[in-house]
Amino acid sequence: MSSRPPKSLLTYAVLYLIFLYAPVILLPLFAFNDSAIIALPLSGFTFHWFGLLWDTKALHEALYNSLLIAVVTAIGSTTLGIFAARAAARYEFPGKRGIVGFIMVPLVLPEIIVGVALIVVLIQLGLSLSAWTVIIGHVLICTPFSIAILQSAFNNMDRSLEEASMDLGESKIGTFFRVILPLVTPGIISSLLISFTISLDEFIIAFFLTGTDVTLPVYIWGQLRFPARLPAIMALGFLMVSLSFFLLLTAEYFRRRANRLTGNHTRSDNGIFQ
Amino acid sequence: MKTPQKINDQIIAIEGVKKNFGDVTALDGVSLNIREGEFFSLLGPSGCGKTTLLRMISGFDSPSIGSVYIGGSDMTNVPPNERPTNMVFQSYAIFPHLNVAENVGYGLKKQKLPNDEINRRVEEALALVDLEGFGARESHALSGGQRQRVALARALIMKPKVLLLDEPLSALDKKLRETMQSELRKLQRTVGITFVLVTHDQEEALTMSDRIAVMFDGKIAQLDTPEGLYKRPKTKRVASFIGVMNFIPAKVVASTKTKLSLEVEFLGKINVTASNKIKPGDKITVGIRPEMLTILYGETDKADNVFSGMIVSASYYGDMTYYEVELKNTDINVMVSMRNTSGRPVLLTGTTARVGWGCESITVFDG
Amino acid sequence: MRQESPVGKGPATRWRKPRFMPSMSAGGWHGLALISPPFAYSLLMLAAPLLLVFLLSMWTQNYLDLDRTFTMANYREAASEKLYQVLMIRSVVISVIVTIVTVLLAYPIAYYIAFYGGKRKAMWLLLITIPFWTSYLIRVFLWKVILGYNGVLNGSLIGMGFIEEPLTFILYNANAVVITLAHAWAPFAILPIFVSISRIDTSLLEAARDLGDGPLRRFLRVTLPLSMPGVVAATLIVFIPTVGDYVTPRLLGGTDGLMIANMIQIQFGKANNAPLGSALAVSAMVIVASISITFVLLNRRFLRAKG
Repeated sequence: MSSRPPKSLLTYAVLYLIFLYAPVILLPLFAFNDSAIIALPLSGFTFHWFGLLWDTKALHEALYNSLLIAVVTAIGSTTLGIFAARAAARYEFPGKRGIVGFIMVPLVLPEIIVGVALIVVLIQLGLSLSAWTVIIGHVLICTPFSIAILQSAFNNMDRSLEEASMDLGESKIGTFFRVILPLVTPGIISSLLISFTISLDEFIIAFFLTGTDVTLPVYIWGQLRFPARLPAIMALGFLMVSLSFFLLLTAEYFRRRANRLTGNHTRSDNGIFQ
Repeated sequence: MKTPQKINDQIIAIEGVKKNFGDVTALDGVSLNIREGEFFSLLGPSGCGKTTLLRMISGFDSPSIGSVYIGGSDMTNVPPNERPTNMVFQSYAIFPHLNVAENVGYGLKKQKLPNDEINRRVEEALALVDLEGFGARESHALSGGQRQRVALARALIMKPKVLLLDEPLSALDKKLRETMQSELRKLQRTVGITFVLVTHDQEEALTMSDRIAVMFDGKIAQLDTPEGLYKRPKTKRVASFIGVMNFIPAKVVASTKTKLSLEVEFLGKINVTASNKIKPGDKITVGIRPEMLTILYGETDKADNVFSGMIVSASYYGDMTYYEVELKNTDINVMVSMRNTSGRPVLLTGTTARVGWGCESITVFDG
Repeated sequence: MRQESPVGKGPATRWRKPRFMPSMSAGGWHGLALISPPFAYSLLMLAAPLLLVFLLSMWTQNYLDLDRTFTMANYREAASEKLYQVLMIRSVVISVIVTIVTVLLAYPIAYYIAFYGGKRKAMWLLLITIPFWTSYLIRVFLWKVILGYNGVLNGSLIGMGFIEEPLTFILYNANAVVITLAHAWAPFAILPIFVSISRIDTSLLEAARDLGDGPLRRFLRVTLPLSMPGVVAATLIVFIPTVGDYVTPRLLGGTDGLMIANMIQIQFGKANNAPLGSALAVSAMVIVASISITFVLLNRRFLRAKG
């Protein structure tokens, strides 16, 4: 079936890619455009909007909050993910499908529901909203992604590697540190980067749970109402895309390396959708 | 039943071992002794329990009932890292993040030996498996045969009392497999360690082993030397698993102390060596190996018993030709193998042939 | 003659249960222990809160106090109030349209990559995911820039002489929401369909060709039914979260593009009526779940009828 594709299908593929890329291509155009109005035609080249970002204090606070939340979320969801992925990949126990399925539920739950559920609890408990409440929500939605990534890392690992280590006199803990951990480290890095990126970009839950510790997307949401702030937001968006791009490429590199290390070449693509 | 001559000759004793995985019975009462320094094989089709038994010796599985003794001490509940056994895994289980020397030295590093000694012993072990100078090689750059040698070196460096091999040759192509068979045999003689091999390949087991335990359905069907298994299979199932055997129904007509007189269906009367279990009137089966049957080329060729039939198919193997012959006036087909010596042209399908055999080549099965 | 082992004489012992049969292996306990931290987290942070949302939806908000007597009043209000009905129906309709459009647009791409991607499959998949490594908010905003009255699309079309007046039916209405969401969910639709198509054994297609099926019949009788699991996954992955979106409707939907999630957000925010918001959220979840389950069941029956 890998003969030449019909012309109509190829044309469609190209048009579809244009559709997919249309918004992203505009981002750098307007980020460097020397005009306060976001519209074509472009008027000139400027770094002005980036300079404006440098001078906006509220933005820096939002950035700090977002980074803090993203780092803690990444560590939290990856830690939970390691437990769940190892259990799912290596052991059989009653109710396994149900338990794993339940942990994966946020993947198909509208984010607003997660936001609503958590805010209800926090209000009832009388807790005030802060960066920590956002972290709770973000860990919830990032853990399924961490599990998916780590599970493929754990699954791909030949079980006889662990047995070989035990057979050669190593203890269970020694085996974990000398064999299992080195082999899934790329998967762990990949999981950290992905959950960091998801948390950094997440808006809906953050908007519900953020309180006074505004995150970057919530800050952007506030700015979208003011046309004068938009070019700077374009510049900010451009920076964020560049960062996400870099992080996700790094994550992808590590995920592939994880698959290569664990000796599985055939299942190296498709990532979380296996 | 064979028993070892001396008790302290044994390196492994397995006593009444049963293993259930849920409702599945993997091992159903296995007892056996493995002698020090022998090359022992567990042979059987997949699912017969041979791998479970090996994993029980290595400590990866524990018996539901029964005990495992290694070197005289009870090892039934001792974890694998505390047993004097080492294993060569079917997938070789080479650590992908370590190079060859680090793989081979993995177990020694745990023992906290000085680096000099580890390096020296790794070099020795690599030399033993003909991999001198491969230490710095990355493990993913190894061929299948090299991976196997690394796995062997990694296990042997631990100086185990018993080396366990789980289908170690099944991932290799035919040529390499045959080379490795003889190398493994030589290696075993060199190091003098007891080898326990699990395989489903009867040819592999026959060529390499001192003794073989044939397993079916979680039980040992027969434990014998390769020659004993081939010449004196105790059941029809063992007989057809080890090589090829023709089965023909027969009835016992008379018996003396030394001879049985049989009436073989369609073929007439023959006399064979007596077996104490079988009495006149019993319905039995006789088994004949294909190479014990001969196609008589000339009118002058003679045999104890002769019958005629028609060649249904002929498979040419170079040195040998295998014929399937339909016996005249019956629906019984027998396999006949003939060495292709001069004066023996390959016969065509449809040719009528006279087939002869000698009485001493017949095995009698009850039922 | 037969070698008998000391234990297990004869067939009688063969089926006997062993004396000691642990209810679960040691590995089972190990697995349960390992999974308990993430499981506990989900129970505490998801199951318990959802339960509380359910309870709250049957309570009443009196300004600052909460009346904890059980009542179905919130559900009655959610069901009878015209505005909520309109928003709920619109959310479902828009989500269904978005899902259909997204999956229909995605299928040919997934098909193309699976069958004609060759060695560059991974590169194609990467190409498809790159645009989505942008902040969701900014992507939605960029669609506003593209579709706006003075936007990029109108500007280009006028510049090229296709139209003289800017098109107005593409912003601040449901159309804009559908376009933007169909874009936003593209990779989530493409990837599962791609996976299920690439799992199809090509020898089945060759067999169908051998039996005289033309390209269309081959597609309808082999490829499509076998790729249905991917289509179902894609449908659910797109449909469920779409119902709960409130960014796109807010930014692009205008007044007749607002959806139920916007109203839920308002109830928890400005309107300060969390119980009513909860009732709306629970209703939305129940509706989404029943539509999803019906869809999965219908699809299963359809496939069985075909097979």
